[in-house]
Amino acid sequence: MSTYADAFAAGPSHGWLPELRKSAFDRFTALGFPTTRNEDWHFTSVTKIAERTFKPVKPGTCAVSQKAVERMAHGEADWHRLVFVNGRFERGLSHFAELPADVTVATLNEMLKESPEFVAERLGKLASFDAHPFTALNTAFTQDGVVIHVPRGVVVDAPIQIVHICDDKAAGGAVHPRLLVVAEAQSQFTIVESYLAVGTPSYFTNAVAEIEVGSGARVDHYKVQQESTEAFHVGTVQVTQARDSVYHSFSFASGAALSRTNVYTRLIGEGAEAKLNGLYLVDGTQHADHQTFVEHIAPKCASRELYKGVLDGTSHGVFNGKVYVDPLAQKTDGKQTNHALLLSEGSRVDTKPQLEIFADDVKCTHGATVGKLDQVGLFYMKSRGINAEAARTLLIYAFAAEVLETIELDGLRTQLEAAVFEQFVRTTPE
Amino acid sequence: MLTIDNLHANVGDKEILKGISLTVNAGEVHAIMGPNGSGKSTLAQVIAGHPGYAVTSGSITYDGTDLLAQQPEERAQHGVFLAFQYPVEIPGVTNAYFLRSAYNEIRKSKGEEEVDPMDFLDLMEQKLKLVEMDEVMLHRSVNAGFSGGEKKRNEILQMAVLAPKLAILDETDSGLDIDALRIVAHGVNQLKRPDNATILVTHYQRLLNYIVPDFVHVLAGGRIVKSGGKELALELEAKGYDWITEGA
Repeated sequence: MSTYADAFAAGPSHGWLPELRKSAFDRFTALGFPTTRNEDWHFTSVTKIAERTFKPVKPGTCAVSQKAVERMAHGEADWHRLVFVNGRFERGLSHFAELPADVTVATLNEMLKESPEFVAERLGKLASFDAHPFTALNTAFTQDGVVIHVPRGVVVDAPIQIVHICDDKAAGGAVHPRLLVVAEAQSQFTIVESYLAVGTPSYFTNAVAEIEVGSGARVDHYKVQQESTEAFHVGTVQVTQARDSVYHSFSFASGAALSRTNVYTRLIGEGAEAKLNGLYLVDGTQHADHQTFVEHIAPKCASRELYKGVLDGTSHGVFNGKVYVDPLAQKTDGKQTNHALLLSEGSRVDTKPQLEIFADDVKCTHGATVGKLDQVGLFYMKSRGINAEAARTLLIYAFAAEVLETIELDGLRTQLEAAVFEQFVRTTPE
Repeated sequence: MLTIDNLHANVGDKEILKGISLTVNAGEVHAIMGPNGSGKSTLAQVIAGHPGYAVTSGSITYDGTDLLAQQPEERAQHGVFLAFQYPVEIPGVTNAYFLRSAYNEIRKSKGEEEVDPMDFLDLMEQKLKLVEMDEVMLHRSVNAGFSGGEKKRNEILQMAVLAPKLAILDETDSGLDIDALRIVAHGVNQLKRPDNATILVTHYQRLLNYIVPDFVHVLAGGRIVKSGGKELALELEAKGYDWITEGA
């Protein structure tokens, strides 16, 4: 912990910011890294993060080429794209599409210079670090990030993409990206976040996003986590949703030695709808943990969750879906579904739904299954001449298809479908 | 084409097939009949290579090759086709993708070029007509939510696309209404060629009104207890199985 204090002293300062950072750092120091005694971290040990000191990656020259970005990043030519390499914004690798008037897509550092009051009013207001050590750590150490502000009634057609790439220069270090999104009433847009790596360096990404969805607004949020398989990734998204707003989240995770993805939304306005979907693919000794928390505060809100995982090797998957229904949140309609496909004897999944319901007129269901590849299905395909490897891959794809189909961006869906096919192709037959 | 010699097969420790011998030549239609539990479906599955059955002795020679030494997909690539009694649902994979994958795998195994999706759809057009299926069925997941009749027609559609040399139809008639039965039988009859052969596994004589067999075999207790011509099926229809299966 003292080693983090050294790093903290060297942090940047921007007026009101040092105070926020200081209180976040103090909070992190008080909380410490979570242990498996903490109910929220029961199935995920972060010892491997805690026993090392990942200091923020030092600035350096960028060695990632435009070509590499094009190859790795899921996106299309007309997308507005901000690229960060090892935590630092790379203007030269970014692409700025024409945005509707008054829409702001800027880096956090730019905004701190140009509209510090906008940031000061909002940063850390949704993503509280009181009970979240990783959020506290991010708040204390974040070096840069993205601010998106879409005014009332404005629809942004092309997705806004944020690409984080780490390479060997990030080895041993940490990046703490921050995302602040304000979707004013009736606005609509799509965010695509990609976490990617060149090579297999070991580093720590600790991302925090705060998203305010105004009344009648709709935000689609895709997160693709394909970090280095030696890396660690903790990502927290905290959303609040006003009346009749829609927030769709899709989380894809196939990278990192250990990853934890938190998607939390508070439905504070009547009639709001949250769709939280996710797909994770893990192999070897990877560990992927997803936690969702839907707080039904207002009446007549709906939440839908569909998470699927495919696990091979001795990998470990965790899904913890928490739903809270406030006494005032009558007519809540909540559904949570979680399915895991185990490809190997050594893989394992832990599922923990947690429903706390304090209203009486609600519909809340949850369902979870853990299964293996359907041997009858395999034989059926093989009996049609499809070779064993292709049959296996096709069945894995079929399992994932239901959740991949929820991706509304055709290009992204096609690329992630391909990722599913590639992930589990065996070079040597069993 | 197919020579089965003294075939014994187990599920776990239980012997299901207790010495089956059967020869099927090109151009022939054989019906395998018998009461429930006689081993009919097991025989069909063993020929296709179902991993749940262990062959303990005997042999199957197909086109001069040792069929039992081949993986299920190799058997299919060499022209063996099993129409499943219970076609498997594969949600998430469209019928078109599944059929094209199978078709192309078989082409590849013969050293032929793969067919692209557009050309494949053209090819499908006439095959769909054969089993009176609508093109929309191609874009639905394999068998998912299909009615019993649609599943069986889908099996015959696959058979039409893959054009096997040896087709085994496992209880394809079960659960079909008369219209579906007629469509399925018509499809099978249309696919008959002098160089291919068909084995019909069935409990009832009904199907044989539509697809006329050259030979009928009665299976009971894991053995073929009687063989004859098509008139044997009618005799079974009239008298039931008891008169020949007693003591089997």
